[in-house]
Amino acid sequence: MSPGKRTVLYPKHVALGAKMVEFGGWEMPVQYKSILSEHRAVRTAAGLFDVSHMGEIEVSGRDSFAFLQRLLTNDLAKLTVGQALYSLMCYPTGGIVDDLLVYKLADEQYWLVVNAGNKDKDLAWLKEQLPAEQEIRIRDRSAEIGLLALQGPLAEQILAGVSAVSVADLKSFYFVISEIAGIKALISRTGYTGEAGFEIYLAVDKTPLIWDKLLQAGQEVGLVPAGLGARDTLRFEAGLSLYGQELTETTTPLEAGLGFFVAWSKDDFIGKGVLEKQKKEGLARKLVGFKMLERGIPREGYLLQKDGIVIGQVTSGSYAPTLEENFGLGYVTSAHAFVDNEISVVIRGKSLKARIIKKPFYKSGR
Amino acid sequence: MYPENLKYTKEHEWLLVRDKWGTVGITEYAQDALGDVVFVDLPKVGTKLNAGESLGVVESVKAISDIYAPCTGIVKQVNENLFATPELINDDPYGEGWLVEMEIEELADDLLTAEEYAEFVAEEE
Repeated sequence: MSPGKRTVLYPKHVALGAKMVEFGGWEMPVQYKSILSEHRAVRTAAGLFDVSHMGEIEVSGRDSFAFLQRLLTNDLAKLTVGQALYSLMCYPTGGIVDDLLVYKLADEQYWLVVNAGNKDKDLAWLKEQLPAEQEIRIRDRSAEIGLLALQGPLAEQILAGVSAVSVADLKSFYFVISEIAGIKALISRTGYTGEAGFEIYLAVDKTPLIWDKLLQAGQEVGLVPAGLGARDTLRFEAGLSLYGQELTETTTPLEAGLGFFVAWSKDDFIGKGVLEKQKKEGLARKLVGFKMLERGIPREGYLLQKDGIVIGQVTSGSYAPTLEENFGLGYVTSAHAFVDNEISVVIRGKSLKARIIKKPFYKSGR
Repeated sequence: MYPENLKYTKEHEWLLVRDKWGTVGITEYAQDALGDVVFVDLPKVGTKLNAGESLGVVESVKAISDIYAPCTGIVKQVNENLFATPELINDDPYGEGWLVEMEIEELADDLLTAEEYAEFVAEEE
């Protein structure tokens, strides 16, 4: 393994016996005990993830709003201070630079929380798009900020025990700046697991302390440290796309089924022309979810067929631990992208039956 | 961790030989490296395999591992319990987690003893 960057929690992971893997240039825990047990803990109790590798880019200044409105597909006019928004950032081709969360910290201060492996590319893209003679400041704050994700049906109960404010009233995609165990924290009701939960932004040097506090506070009710392996199976079951798999520089938000996050009413944003054309003329391919009808696990890159003809490719596939069956996500030509269509997946030379079904595969009862 | 009565391959299979019968599985090291096993594909009874030929596949949540025959011979029995409960491979790799039983014609010529396998694994780590 080539030595990747390490988060401030690296020694904690090693002490907990985590198996470390390279992800987006970082050396991260893929699992502590096992992916399945961590996945189940998040669905039934809670899990604590170190996601400090994620990037935080601060965009501030008088013209920051107009700048971000042009860079992002979603509409920041909807956003109030204390709220977060999911958005795509596109190239003029409509291809996706990254998918991210925008946090509005103040009227002229935003955080973009971006994928670890895309951070440098995102920064370069943002700087390239900077208009002349405008007041916009772009700052990479990633090295100063630690990020924990506390996810699961018991996350609120656990956090309530250590947080200075009541988090019960915090609505989905809102955040509050408060304290946890006396340490300043930005607590947002967001996540990437399909389960209730929070993401907690901290000063990097205080992150280990809060990691310990939360694990301790949740121990009795079944909170476990959870790795990127479970994070991936959880987001997969919840039908959430992952950059590098479902989302790439050559896929558009519409093809990925993320049209909801494209604000057509905005004057202009990068990629709008191509997306409008796609919307008007129809898509050549669409992302679909499918369930295996025969024994086999679809994996990234496997071909999808209909009546022996290739119609697309798998982007993610896995055993779904909560549903105890095998599922996949993949792009297929639009004519074949409808629910109940019986297709096949080519696995080790064999064509195995699958059925296109509605996403997400799993929906929490919360 | 590596029972003395078994023979091993560098691909992390084990083979228990009793007369002309051989039981095949994957080692403790292999199951640990793979993580939670969630899928197993095995050959049909009656399949003739050459030593080193692919015998089947064991998949964990994250990884796919090909299993190679540690001997030339005919598959006499497959562990069908693994189709519904593949985790037996994690829980009991040398017992309930066995994969196939073969009628041995000839052993692979590069099988390792438990001691040699332990050394090989130590070097791999």
